[in-house]
Amino acid sequence: MTIAPVVKTISVAFPPARAFEVFTRHMGGWWKRGMTVAAEPHVDIVIEPHPGGRWFERDAAGVETQWGRVLAWEPPHRLLLAWQLDAHFKYDPDFEVELEIGFAPEGDGGTRVTLEHRNMERFGDSAATIADSVGRGWPMLLELYADYAGQKETTK
Amino acid sequence: MANRITAAIALSTLSDPTRREIFERLAERPRAVGELAATLPVTRPAVSQHLRVLKDAGLVAETAQGTRRIYRIDPRGIGAIRDWLDRHWSDALDAFKAYAEAHPEEEIKP
Repeated sequence: MTIAPVVKTISVAFPPARAFEVFTRHMGGWWKRGMTVAAEPHVDIVIEPHPGGRWFERDAAGVETQWGRVLAWEPPHRLLLAWQLDAHFKYDPDFEVELEIGFAPEGDGGTRVTLEHRNMERFGDSAATIADSVGRGWPMLLELYADYAGQKETTK
Repeated sequence: MANRITAAIALSTLSDPTRREIFERLAERPRAVGELAATLPVTRPAVSQHLRVLKDAGLVAETAQGTRRIYRIDPRGIGAIRDWLDRHWSDALDAFKAYAEAHPEEEIKP
């Protein structure tokens, strides 16, 4: 079963070089606080600027939590990342789906940014593999359920 | 966050091989309990139990057809993680644009 990729576009009023720069070197600045995977909030999100480079968040204490790695670094037009956060949003070096970001010139000095997050169906495989190999599927499910139930309780 | 949990529950539910098998057969086409039980090495009550778990996780939906209950996949379950990412990237790109526009060019040199 294939699940359609997530495709998003946005137009910005500055050229691809700047769009690429802000997207990559300033990710820690624009990324929403709390929308990260580590226990502590991020102070920076780093994409090392070369193929094979790491993509990670860093907290105030300097603890780094990896998200994935760089597959293609082609400024100012294209960035291809491996998203290596599995179905439970945990880093798994053996798991990856592709995240491609294109920066195309548009109009008078603008840029059209297109983002595609694909291979969605692999999340299902990763959940099964995790559960089969370490047998933690059900304890985790129950834990998540308890969290969810608790949240519902507090938002009533 | 709630949707992220929904996604995790849906995917954890599919970690059971029998449930995955049932889910895959329903992905081919809708089927009744008896039809599923006839081709699986488990009893009919066991199939019903698995269907109940799949239904609770939002993966499977049932409809009545005469006296029979027909089960089909509910795309909301398997699509939960996709939906979460879909919304996440919409927000993220908006945040990216707002950040870039709020910071003068001299601060961010290409």
